[in-house]
This record gives sequence, C-alpha cells and structure tokens, in this order.
Amino acid sequence: MTSLKLFAWLTLLFPLAGCVTLALLGRRLPGRAPGYVGTAALALSFGSAIATLLSLLDQDHHHRQVVAVAWDYAASASVDAQLSLLVDPLSVFMILVVSGVSMLIHAYSISYMDSDRGYARFFAYLNFFVFSMLLLVLAGNFLVLIIGWAFVGAASYLLISYWYRRTTATGAGIKAFVINVLGDVGLVLGTFFIFKHVGTLDFLATFEKAGEEFERGNADLTAGCILLLVGAFAKSAQIPLHTWLPDAMEGPTPVSALIHAATMVTAGVYLIARMHPLFELAPTAADVGAVIGCLTLLVAGTIAIAVTDLKRVIAYSTMSQIGYMIMAVSAGAYAAGLFHLMTHAFFKALLFMAAGSVIAAMAGQQNLDKMGGFKRAMPFTFGCMVIGGLALSGVPPFSGFFSKDEILLLIGDRGGWYWILYVAGYVGAFLTGIYTFRMIFRAFLGAPVPEARELEEGHLHHAEVHTNPATGEVEDTDVGFPGADHHIAEREPSMKLAMGALALLAIAGGLLQVPKVTHVIDHFLEPTFEESALYHRELSDGLIGFGLVLGAVAGLAGIAVAYLIWVKNPQIATRGRERLAPLHRLFVNKWYFDELIDMLVTRPALWFGAWAQQTFERVFVNGLLVGGTTGVVRAGSSAVRAAQTGFLRYYALLIVVGMVALSLYFLLNA
Amino acid sequence: MDIGWFLAVSALIFAIGAAGVLTRRSPLVILLCLELMLNAANLALIAFARMHGNHDGQIFAIIVMVVAACEVTVGLGVIVAMQRRRLPIDVDEMQELQG
Repeated sequence: MTSLKLFAWLTLLFPLAGCVTLALLGRRLPGRAPGYVGTAALALSFGSAIATLLSLLDQDHHHRQVVAVAWDYAASASVDAQLSLLVDPLSVFMILVVSGVSMLIHAYSISYMDSDRGYARFFAYLNFFVFSMLLLVLAGNFLVLIIGWAFVGAASYLLISYWYRRTTATGAGIKAFVINVLGDVGLVLGTFFIFKHVGTLDFLATFEKAGEEFERGNADLTAGCILLLVGAFAKSAQIPLHTWLPDAMEGPTPVSALIHAATMVTAGVYLIARMHPLFELAPTAADVGAVIGCLTLLVAGTIAIAVTDLKRVIAYSTMSQIGYMIMAVSAGAYAAGLFHLMTHAFFKALLFMAAGSVIAAMAGQQNLDKMGGFKRAMPFTFGCMVIGGLALSGVPPFSGFFSKDEILLLIGDRGGWYWILYVAGYVGAFLTGIYTFRMIFRAFLGAPVPEARELEEGHLHHAEVHTNPATGEVEDTDVGFPGADHHIAEREPSMKLAMGALALLAIAGGLLQVPKVTHVIDHFLEPTFEESALYHRELSDGLIGFGLVLGAVAGLAGIAVAYLIWVKNPQIATRGRERLAPLHRLFVNKWYFDELIDMLVTRPALWFGAWAQQTFERVFVNGLLVGGTTGVVRAGSSAVRAAQTGFLRYYALLIVVGMVALSLYFLLNA
Repeated sequence: MDIGWFLAVSALIFAIGAAGVLTRRSPLVILLCLELMLNAANLALIAFARMHGNHDGQIFAIIVMVVAACEVTVGLGVIVAMQRRRLPIDVDEMQELQG
C-alpha cells in the first residue's frame, strides 16, 4: 500500500524535478543535454507509473482505490482541502498513457528541436506540461483537479506561444488560454454546485454521498454537471469551444503531438469518466455531452476534408476523435472511450511526428498544396504515416478499429434515440477515411515537389529566407523563432525510435480489447466503474458482427473515395470544389465558428465596452464620482476660505470669543 | 484681603487689554494692550500663589514676564521693519492671510 503511494508521488515528482532543473540550469548544459535530461525525467516518471501499476495489481481486485494524502491545506468542519492523490485503475491508466507517450515525444524532440535557440526552455516547458497533466489525472479531490486543470492551461499557453516572436503564435497562445480559462470557470462553478450539497471536496466521498444527496435528475446536480462539461469542452476542444485547437498548431510539432493528441485534449474525456457517478445521476447533462461529442466529430470531419494545412488536418481529426471519446464516456461506454483515448494517443502522436518530419523536409512549410511525392524520399516517414492513417481510419486489425467500433457498439446497444449517434459515428468513420488518406495521398504520392527531389539526391532542403507559414512574413532564426536547421526522421535515430515505438503500439494496441476475445482494459478499469449500471453490458453477437463489418467497410470506403478523388482522378477534386463551391467555402472557413464567436461574443463585448466608456464611464464615473467628489471638496473649501479674512483683529476676536465660550462651558458645567 | 478683589481687578485689566486689542488699529497700541492682558494674568497667578501659600504661581508669573519680554522684542522688531519699508502702520491694511 505504501509503495503504491510512493510510486504515484514519484510519477508526479520526476517531471517537476526535470522542469526545475532545466529552468535553473538549462542554459548552462551543453548541446543536446537539456533534451536528455528532460527525456530522462519522463523515462523515470514512466518507470514509476509502471511500478504503480504493478503494485496496484498486487492489491485485491475490489480494493484498488487508494487515496494518498501529503498534507492538509485546510481542514475544518465544512472544508476538507488536502493535497491528495487518488490512485485507482482509471488514474493509473491515464498516467501510463500520459507519461509513456510523453516520453516518446520528448525523445522525438531531442532531435527535432535541435537547432532551436530556446532548446532548454522547450524541455522545461514540456516537463512542466507533463507534470500538470499528471497532477490533473492523479488528483484525489476537486481542489487538486482544479489546480492541475489550470496548470495544464498555462503550460499549453507557454508551449503554443513557444516561438514568441511570431505574432501568429502569441495570438494563438492567448486564444487557447482565454478559452481554457472559460473552461476553468465552468469547472470551478460546477464544483461549487456539487460541493454545496455533498459538503466534501474528496472524490470518493463525493461519489458516495451523491447517491444519498441527489435524486436522479436533480436540477442542481444537472447544472453542476453541465458546468463541468463546459470545462471538459474547453480542454477537449468540443463545439463551440474548439476554435483554439487548430490555431494551436502554431506551436512546434512535438507540442502539437503532446498537447493536441496525447494528453491535454483528453482531459475532458478523463473528467467525464472520473465523474461518472454524477453524470449517471444527471442523465440530461450526460446526453448534452453525447450530442455535443457527436456534433463535433461530424463538423471536425468535414472541416478536415477541406483545410490545406497539414497539421490542421490532423488537428481537426483530433477534434473529431475526441468527439468519439466524449460521446462514449457521456453515453456510458467508459472503458471503450478510454480505450480509444489510449489508441488515439498512440496513432495521433505518430501522425503528428510523421507530419513534423514532412514539415522539416519542406523547411517549415505546412501547406499541403505545395507538398507531393515524398514517398520515395522518406520511406520511413511514409510507412509511419500510413500505419497511423490506417489506425485512425479504423481499418482492421489496426488499433483504432477495435477502439472506435467498441464505442459505436455500446452506443448502438443503448437503443432509443442513441441510434442517431450510432449512425453519425459511422458517417464520421467514413469521413475519417477520406480526410486521413487525402492528406497522405497529397503529401506522399503524385509528382515529387522540388524539396522531395532534392531529398532523393541526399540534400535536405533548408529555406534560405525563413517565412511564417501562416502569413508569409519574413522571419529571423534567432531566439523566439524556429531554428535554422530542420531534422527528418530518416536521419535522426531518436526520432526514428520514438516513431517506431508508436507505430508498433498503433498496430498492436487494439489487441488489448478485441470483442469476445480479450477484455484487458475492461477488466482492469472495473474497480473504478464498479458501481456503474452502464458498465457491465453484454453485447449480442449479431450486433458485434454487424458493427465490426460496418466499421471496417466505412473506413475502407473512405480510403477508397480518397484514392479515387486525389490519386486516380485528380480532376474530380477540382471539379467537385467548383460544383460544391458553397459547401467547400463553408468547410474551408471552418463552418464560420470563428466568425460566429466573433459576432456573438467578441463584438458585443467590444460594443459594450465602447458603450460603457462613452456613457457609463463619462457620466457616472467621470461625471458623478470624480466630478462629484471634486465639486464637494471645492464647495467645502470655498466656504472654509471665506472665514480667512486676513483681518488681524477678526482673528483676535475669534480667539477671544472661543476662549470665552470655553470658559463659560466649563464654568456652567462645574 | 479676600482673593475676589484681586481677581476682579485682574479680570478688569484683562478685559481692558482685550478690548484694546480688538478695537485699536495701531500695532504699537495692540502690543501695549497685550502686555496689559499678560500682566492681568500675572496678577491672578500671584493672587492664587498667596492664597495657596506656595511659590508655584510666582514662578509662573516670572516665566510669563520672560515670554512677554520676548514677545515685545519681536513685536517691536516687526514694527521697526514695517517702518523701514514704509509700510502703513495699520493692522487692517495688512491682509496677506486672506484666503
């Protein structure tokens, strides 16, 4: 029991130690040393996570929820604020995924970020980010959860604006931070709604009391859960709080892999899974989550077909896949949602890494229109990209196939109106096949672009003049900008290692949970979801068979369509774009969500600000408060000034009169 | 003799002095009237000292005389300065303190 707690704390402390070391000493370390230090910290953390897993497995199956308390922040009759960790199968599952994938991303970054002037700063940020995420998933009460939640938001701001002299990057960082703070507010308010009734911050105590305090569908609980969902939506980039995620692609590619694939965006999924006893008591809130997740997966899928920025295609596919997970955990398919979270972390990190390799070969250029024919020049990257793409599209036997289909099977099993989500899920799978392979075909097949041909001859293309891929602005390669040199997976062992490991996981990860055959994750997570009514469900053989076939067909059909449009017959793409111009415009402009938010929130806020400045500030603040105060002081002082006549004898008279009055007063009182 | 008489004379002198300070415009006369008021106070102090049979009041009176001497010195100095600058010797003409 104690060793279990110790390992959980160590998992958390290694990245923190790495962050502090790099922040204080990073600049003194020579060459790639900061990268090795950061990666070593994560390797130790991952080792501790495995040790935690092993000691958890030593426990009895039904006693696998352990709370580790370091100290009390405040303990009184009504508040129990402690620095406590909850070590249970769910949190151990999360720390394994987070620390494992992060470790590989660190290893990848050792080479990828090599020529950047802020090398040590980068690894300090990365370690801080992983520490925050681990704190978030290990939190044993709402207080620590909120701390971790806010740390993750701050870390993502630091990493997205890592190239801080790029105005587009700083803008994207601010956007991400603002939307995340909106989510923080939702989380804190939701916590208040729940705390008001149960009177405790501790997770296990809350879940225990929730059953007594709340009836099913209690209004306060529903409001609280919907506010928690606001937090989850902001972190997990669900509609309508998703607009920060594609912009966040301004950060370096390993950051995209870390934040926007494996860790941060899954926080919302984790939150809903962690709060499942509450969501099961508030079915309305859970349904809101499921519907929003479903909407997001469709909208993001359509946008991903139209955008031409390589990283943004993957970012939108992340949004779409997170939509699946949110839908799953909201609809009670917890193990399936978390299983998809894990497989997605593998193949999405892999896709981002492969994309990073291609972007490096293009010397920073991210536009798909300018890419093509990299297949021969970069066989390893191509292989990894295809493996990631097949897993993402859900082609058997790759990992994404099993995890996505299990989600849809369990949702189909719910019956009722959930069949809409079920159908939408398969439509989403079809879209996934299209956009994933559109990206792969356009970047790797076709006639080689000059950069690809140069690479085939053995020269890596380095741009003579650095430009911002978003605006075309000319940039320096000094600190605060991307470095001068680029590194591709074919030439860097550490990148190859990380991508190879993830490729293996993306291929084989799905075998952990094959319907009817293996139930590793289902069984492992069971202690956390023991009380859940929705957890133990037996699916009928007919549904399983039909679902698996349908899932495979949807993915393969998407790939076939992509092949037809972008490889076999490229005119279809141009003709389709012309014929469906309004639709294409809608998708390219991301369904006008940015404009919508601008119109509904930003502009009214600006108008209100202008109005307040014109009327409220001018009339009330300047006129009444400031003007009133000065007026009163001025009138008072002019009255007092009238007493100062300057006549000596007048003053003397005042003194005499005053003295006489005083004497009389005392004489009469005596 | 009853102390009341001494106090009556003292009060009378004080009142005369105060009236002079309030009514006269020449700074010289005002200084003289101030002296009257101080000496009225001295008279009262000495009378009280006699009544109590100790010397506290007398010591007070001596200190008051010292203060009075200083005050007269300063006051006369100011008047001489005014004279030298050819300023009007009239307290009503000097109103620099007016707000």
